This record gives sequence, structure tokens and C-alpha cells, in this order.
Amino acid sequence: MTPDLIYGLTGIAVFGIGLVGALCAQDRLRRVLALKLCSVGAGFLLVVGAWREPPATTDPVPHALVITGIVVMVSATAVALALIRRLQTLETTDEH
Amino acid sequence: MSIEISPMILAVFVPLFGAIAAFVLTRVAALIGLATLVLTTGAVIWLARDVLAAGAIVLPLGGWGAPLGIDLRADGLSVAMLALTSAVGFLVSIAALDSLKGADQVRQRQYFWPLWLLLLTGMNGVYLSTDIFNLYVMIEVIALAAVGLTVQSGSRAALQAGLEYMYASILGALLFLMGVGFVYLQLGRLDFAGLSGAAPTGALVAALALIFVGLALKTALFPLHFWLPAAHANATAPASALLSGLVVKAALYIVLRLAQYMPFPSENLLTLVGLMGAGAVIWGGVQALRAERLKLLVAWSTVAQIGLIFVAFARAGELGLTESWKAAALLILAHGIAKAAMFLAAGRIKDEIGHDVIRDLDRTPIRPTLAQFTFALAAISLIGLPPSLGFIGKWALMEGAMAAGYWHWVAVTMVGTLMSVAYFSRVFAGFLRFDRVRAPLGEHQGWALADAAPLTLALMAIGLGLLAAPLLSFLEIGYPFGVAP
Amino acid sequence: MMDAPLLPLFILLTSLLAAPILFALPERAAKLRTAINLGMAALKVALVGSLSLKVSQGVIYDLRFEVLPGLEFKLQADPLAILFIALSAVLWLITTVYSVGYLEHGPHRARFFGFFSLCVAATVGIALSGNLFTFLLFYELLTLATYPLVIHRGTAEALRAGRIYLIYTLAGGLVLLLGTLGLWVLAGTTDFVPGGILADMAAENRLAAQLLFVVLIGALGVKAALLPFHRWLPIAMVAPAPVSALLHAVAVVKAGAFGIMRVVYEVFGIETAQALGVTAPLAALAGVTIIYGSLKAITQDDIKKRLAYSTVSQVSYITLGVALASPIAAVGALAHLIHQGLMKITMFMAAGNLAEGLGVKRVSQMDGVGRAMPGTMLAFTLAALGMIGLPPLAGFVSKWYLAQGGLEAGQAWVIALLLGSSLLNAIYFLPMLHRAWFRDAAPEGAGAPGRPRIGWMLAAPPVTTAVLVLVAGGFANAPFSPLEWTRFIVAIEYQE
Repeated sequence: MTPDLIYGLTGIAVFGIGLVGALCAQDRLRRVLALKLCSVGAGFLLVVGAWREPPATTDPVPHALVITGIVVMVSATAVALALIRRLQTLETTDEH
Repeated sequence: MSIEISPMILAVFVPLFGAIAAFVLTRVAALIGLATLVLTTGAVIWLARDVLAAGAIVLPLGGWGAPLGIDLRADGLSVAMLALTSAVGFLVSIAALDSLKGADQVRQRQYFWPLWLLLLTGMNGVYLSTDIFNLYVMIEVIALAAVGLTVQSGSRAALQAGLEYMYASILGALLFLMGVGFVYLQLGRLDFAGLSGAAPTGALVAALALIFVGLALKTALFPLHFWLPAAHANATAPASALLSGLVVKAALYIVLRLAQYMPFPSENLLTLVGLMGAGAVIWGGVQALRAERLKLLVAWSTVAQIGLIFVAFARAGELGLTESWKAAALLILAHGIAKAAMFLAAGRIKDEIGHDVIRDLDRTPIRPTLAQFTFALAAISLIGLPPSLGFIGKWALMEGAMAAGYWHWVAVTMVGTLMSVAYFSRVFAGFLRFDRVRAPLGEHQGWALADAAPLTLALMAIGLGLLAAPLLSFLEIGYPFGVAP
Repeated sequence: MMDAPLLPLFILLTSLLAAPILFALPERAAKLRTAINLGMAALKVALVGSLSLKVSQGVIYDLRFEVLPGLEFKLQADPLAILFIALSAVLWLITTVYSVGYLEHGPHRARFFGFFSLCVAATVGIALSGNLFTFLLFYELLTLATYPLVIHRGTAEALRAGRIYLIYTLAGGLVLLLGTLGLWVLAGTTDFVPGGILADMAAENRLAAQLLFVVLIGALGVKAALLPFHRWLPIAMVAPAPVSALLHAVAVVKAGAFGIMRVVYEVFGIETAQALGVTAPLAALAGVTIIYGSLKAITQDDIKKRLAYSTVSQVSYITLGVALASPIAAVGALAHLIHQGLMKITMFMAAGNLAEGLGVKRVSQMDGVGRAMPGTMLAFTLAALGMIGLPPLAGFVSKWYLAQGGLEAGQAWVIALLLGSSLLNAIYFLPMLHRAWFRDAAPEGAGAPGRPRIGWMLAAPPVTTAVLVLVAGGFANAPFSPLEWTRFIVAIEYQE
């Protein structure tokens, strides 16, 4: 097994764990975290794909993609967290 | 150095700056919103003229060019989608002016315009993009804005639906991203031109499958539709119109585009897509028959209609794809216009009567005649009765399926049509029954200016059917399906 | 001088453009509404008059534009179209007068007259359609425009009837869509051409052509109330009287019968249809429907239901005449399209007057109504005798030609069928006449003496149409009579 294959499979595995969590978890926060795992897995895979044998330089394009992906994911997480908080506030006021 | 102003750049950046301006200057947000839409519509008309004159146009942003830089490209299909977005968006905006004017809706007003303009940015971006990573960014922008619009009313049901939508949307986008990654690892390219002609290896097929599942989740193709009904039914009327009429179309468009550059790897997969569509047609129909609230019924009809568009896509198999996309495109346009009209009309009915429980529509002495009429006109197009655009779309679908001998798709379409007649008749019966009313009838109520926008949309959905021939020839501009440009 | 090529379009627009205006008028603007209604209807009669003059002089009208590549929206004014539009134009004018009187104080008048206009526009469109695709557009419009009229009263019963009506007609429309698509895929055109367009295709693929025939005729048979698709027609009787009158005489059932003519004569062509062996079963089906409708009519006590079953029976005369594949029978069929319209509209308007003026809705309540409403009942009597086929009334003329045609086609059973049907007609109509004229009104019954309170707008229309029944029969050989015109058409369809 070459290192990049190991890294690649790890990326896929992380994505898969996240996917299961996103589909099966009950708790709202856990689902957000599961989706985060998915994005980490996807990013991992891209970074691995960018790697080249030392004499060649790494491919910069996937890195650019990963950075953009991280930015997008941060905003998405923020929105999701804001929604969850608002929903929790509504639910606590309903109960009292 | 001179910067050439292109209508394509305007179509993406005017809404973006409009969104920022509307966010900062909350007092004049509506004014900024309308001005932005007028400008964007102007840019789209300009672009349409250019495309009519010169065929497909490619614009390298910043002069870098593919494969490294970002190209914008406009052809018949993309301009048609831009035009749909502008026209529907403009009329929905006018309707929103009225439906958000209440004193208790200050916050809704405040957030509607920036979110909607951001959504417009994302959609216009999708229709002009030429590489799949750019598409990923744009569908995320759309998702964030769309979730914002879903929860705009602030009610608990809307927030719950919005959160579900958010999960589905992020997951769809991540599946898409994963697919994009695989494609890049395989081909080393992300632009459409680089994708075309690639051999369909197993790994590439897997990547495409990931992308497709992600898009199916975003466009709510059965059985990945679970998030849609609650989200579309609980949003405010203008937001529902935008979500159902426009947002789901972005992912559908990407499916069409990808099929253009990367023909479906096998007949069986295409049949599977058609079967998912057929499932949506039936399941959406059944749920619409059972829905208790008007907006929920309309939302389930969206699920069924999205399915029908995929049936159109698969109608004549792999060989027929070079023609089938046109039937799908016609249905996309028809549904976009008619469903926006229907959601706005449903919103008007709910506002006037005070509820939208289908069973009790006939108990009220208040009959918002014009909104009901609009609803019926929109239903005519969605059912697919002549001469509406929906009818022409269904005609194109069945004609191709029949010519190819794929009778099962004809049967699915017929069943879907009958079911849509059945579920919409439930609503009409409520409009037209009068013997359960106790108070004197207040007919001709609700002849408000607010009905103008949905009525215009509904009339467009009916009338455009007669203009299908020029519409089709426009769609074909610069778009040799299956052949790399 | 009016721009001649657009004349058919103007005729279509007289009622199509009236509809949105009528919808928009406030409920209380009754005078303006009546003015628009009558003005448009009169304008249309005038335009149709000038059009028929032109067509009889050999002017050809052909208006088309492309909806999908190769597929055209096409209006054409041929003699067959003129026959049907003339009927609809004249009867629309008369029914409009009647409706204004009938609904004088009723609710939802704006809606009613709007859809009424749309309904007539659809009928005109059906008449003028130059291909099956255009026909389909107007056929569906007709369904949509008549549904709100059928359920006009807004009661649970009306809605139930409306639902059944919608299920039948929309399902029929869907099957027609399927047939039109099939025709388009098989033949590459849907144009109506005298002599048909399917001769080559039918020779190549007999089974497909036969199947197409069954699909198309089945779809049209729903509106034409052919057995076994007739069930909606008696149920749709909950509609107000002018609507029933229009539905039975001009709009819906006639649209179906007219479509059957177009399909047999101008899609398949009578020779091709005969070669396919599909005309004989159609004639048999029409024959069964004729007898079945009459038998059912006898058992109905409700006047409108009895009339409805009579329509089921009478409209199938038209189909029978078409399916006999003889030029003389075709003359009878076409003439019956007009004659049945005149007679049935008279009877429905008379029935409406009985219900409005005396509250009489059942045959058993009809004792002595002749004395209470002599004009209305005289009109009814004329029409009923015409239906039975008494010379020289209109119904006799069409039955005579049908019988002659049966002989010419070597189908002697048609004579027996016509005789039997006339006998059955007599069995269900004569008792009504007997009650009306020769029995005394029950003392406290609905038909008790005292002047009925109906205005001239209700009284005049049935009398007018009854006079037309007399004229159409008595002057059948005069130039421009329906009969003469049908001979002109048949010469074209049989390419003599």
C-alpha cells in the first residue's frame, strides 16, 4: 500500500463515518458535527490527490479548492448553529 | 487597461452588490432590491440579444481562461434559465412588496431582500459557470440563502423545516464536492471542456454518481425529497414561490449540463433515473391527495413535477438524450413559472381567508376570486392542459417516448396527469362550493394589486405554450448537445 | 372591407375576448353585461353570415402558425366548419337571451357569462380547427369552460355531478391526447384533409391504424355520449337550464360528434376506414346506443333526465350516419347535427321555463301545463314531434336520409332500427304531450292555474327555435338550408 492510497482511503472512511452520522444521528448538534466530518473527509481526499513525488511540486489547484471548501463550510456551520440556537430558544419559551 | 463591461459580469455582480447594499441600508432595502432586479433583468435582455446575434459567448474572467481561470459562458439554455430567474424573480419581488408590508414583519422585510439577492447571485452564477468547482461554490451560496428564506417567518415549524433543509443541502453539496474531487483526481481538469470526451472508467462513473446523488438531494428527487414539502410549505409565500419555482431548478440545470458534456455512462443508469422520477410522480401525487393544507399540497406537487422532469430526461433512453433535454428544459421553464404563480396565489388565498385548510375552503364567505382564478390557471399548466407551456412540455415528453417505443414513460406521464387533476380538483371544489356558507357571500373580494404579479405569471405559463417553437429554437442556440463546443 | 384572411380569427375572438371582459365586470353591472353579451353574439352571427357567403363562393381561409417544429396551430374555414359554427352562432345568440332572463337575479353572473363565452369560443375553435392538434386544444378548453357551468349552483350535488363530468371528459381528453400523439408519430401530420391522411400508413400497418381508430373514436365518444361513456350526461343535468340546453344542442355532445366526423372523413378517410373494417362496429355501437338511450329515457320521471337520455340516443344518429359510409347517410348525419341541435335546445329551454314558471320538474307533474304556458308547450310539442320524426319537421328529414343511406349501403337493419327508435321516441314523448294538453291540472299541484311569471326573455327563445325546426324541415330544399349545405359538404368529403 502506498502512502497516498492509505491517506485516500482514510479520507473516504472519514467521509463515510460523517455520512452515517448525518443520516442517523438524532441530536441536532451531532448532525452538524457529522457533516463537518464529511467535509474534512472530502478535503483530505483532495489534499492527498494534490501530492506528487518529491521532485515534482504539489498540484496547487486542489489546495485552492480545499481552502474555498473550508470557507464555505464555515459559513454553512455558522448558519446551522444559528438556526439550532434560535430553535432551542423558541422551544424553551414554549415549555414555560 | 480597460475593463470591458459584459452583461454576464453584470448578471452575477449586480445582485451581489445589491445584496450587500440591501443588507447595510435596511431602510431602503426594498428599493435596492427592485432596482437590482431591474438592472439584472436588463443585463439578461442584453445578453439574450448578444446570444441571439452571435451564438454562444464565452468570457474569461480576468483574462486567465480555462483550465486555470474561471470562464463564463452563455448559450440558449443558460440564457433561458437566466430569463426565467429574472422574470419570475421580478414578479415575485413585486408580490413580496405587498405581502411583507405588515407592521409585524419588519424583521422579515429586513432579511428578505439581502437573502433573495444573494440567491439571485448564486443562481445566475450557476447558469453561467463552466467548471464544476465553481458550480459547487454557487450551489452552496444558493443553499445558504435558500435556508435563510425558508426560516424567514421565524415560526417554529419553519425553523425545523429550515434546519432539515440545511442538513440535506450541506450533505448534497458535500457529496457533490466529493464527486468533484474524484473527477479532478481522474482527469486533472474541472472545466466542462476538459470533461467532455473523457472515457467512462469505473472511477469516473462513481464520481458522477456521487455528483448526481448530491444534486438529486438538492433538487429533491424521490426518494431524496424528504426535506422539501415541509420547507416549501412553511416558508412565507414569496419565499415559497422562489424556492419551488427557481431554487430547485438550479440543481436540475446542472444535471442537464453535465449530461451534455458527459453522456450518461449506461442505459440502465438512465432508466434508474427515470424510475426515480416515476416514483416521485406517484408518491408526490399520493401525498398531494392526502395533504390537508393548501401550501403542503402545492409543495408535494413540486415533488411530483420534479419527478416528471427526470422522466422527460430519461424518456427516450441514451440515444434520445440529444433531444430529451429539450423536453426537460421546457418542463423546467413551465414549472418554474406556474409554480411561482401558484404559491403566490396560495399565499394570497391564505391571507384573505385567514387559513389554508383545504377541507374548510368552502366554509368561508370570503372568496378571493382573482387569486383563486390565478391558482386555477397555474394548475392548468401544471396538469398539462393545452395550450399551456406545461402541455407543450408533456407533449414533447410523450412524443419522444412514443417515437422511441418507451411506452412505460408515456404511461407514467398519463398517471401523473390524472393524479394532478385529482389533487387540484380537491382545491377547486373548495373554491366553487357555496352551500356550506352561512354568512352572505362577499364575492369579488381581494381584487387587490397584489394579485397582479401571480396573475401575470399564470398567464405567462398558459400563453408561452403557443410560443414554444421560437422558445425551442432559442434553447438550441450554441448548444450542440453531446458535442463539445 | 374587412381583412379577409383573418375573418375566422375574428369570429373566434368575438367570444374569446368577451370572456375576460365579462369576468372583470362587477356583479351589479347587469345592463352592461347584457349589452356586451348580446352585442358580441349578434356580431358573431353577422361575421359567420359573411364567412359562409365567402366560403360558398369558394374562398379558402387558412390561418396557421408553428407551435412546435412542424406542429401547427391551424384554423381553417371549410364548409363542414361553417355548418357547425353557424349552428353555434345562432344558438348562442338565442341562448344568451334566454340565460339573461333565466339568471336575472341569480348569484355569480359575472362568472357564469364569462365561462359561457369561453364555452362558445371553444366550440367555434373546434369547428374551425384545421388539424387534430388544434382540435385537441379547443376540446380541452371546452371541458375546462363547461365544468364551472355544470357546477354553477355550488351545491354538494352539483359538485358531485361536476366531478363525474370532469373525470369522464378529462380522461377522454387525455386519451385524445394519446391518439393525437399517436397520429403525429405515425403519420407526421395531424391535418384534416378530405379523403384522409392515413391511406398509406393503414396499408402498411393495419393493426396500428385500427388501434388508432379505436383510441380516437373512444376519446371523442366520451363527449358524444356513446355507450359505454354516456353516464356523465344525465348526471350533468344539475346544471342550470341554459347550460343544459347549450351542452346538449351545441357545445359538448356536438363537439364529440363533430370530432368523430372529422376523424372518420378527414383523418382516416371513409375509404380507408372501410378498408380497415372499423366502420361496421362503429355503426353497430351507434345503433345500440340509440336503442339503449331511448329505453332509458322511458323510465325517467325527471324531465331533464328524460331529455338527457333522449340526447344520448339522438346524437348517435350522427355517428350512425357517419359510420354507414354512404353519401346519403352522411347527408342525414350532418343535417341531424343541426336539426337535433334546434330541437333539443327548444326542449331544454321549454323544460327550464316549466321549472321557472310553474315549478314543474317531473313528467308526473306535467298535467295541464299546456294551458298554463301555451307558447312554451307549443314549442316543446313541435320539437318533440320533430324528434319522433313527423314530416315535415326537421327530424323527419334527417331520419329519411339516414334510412335511404342505410338502403344504399345495403344495411337494411338501419330501417328497422330507425323505426324502432321512432317508436320509442313516441313512447317517451307522447305521454308528456298528452299530460300537458289533455289532462287537467291537479287542483293544488304545481301546475295550478294562474299566469306563470316568466318574462319575454324566457318565453321567446324556445318559440324562435321551434320556428326554426319548422323552417329547417319545411324548406329543406331551399338554398342555404342546412340540408343543402350538407350536400355541399358531402360532395367534398366523398370527393365526388
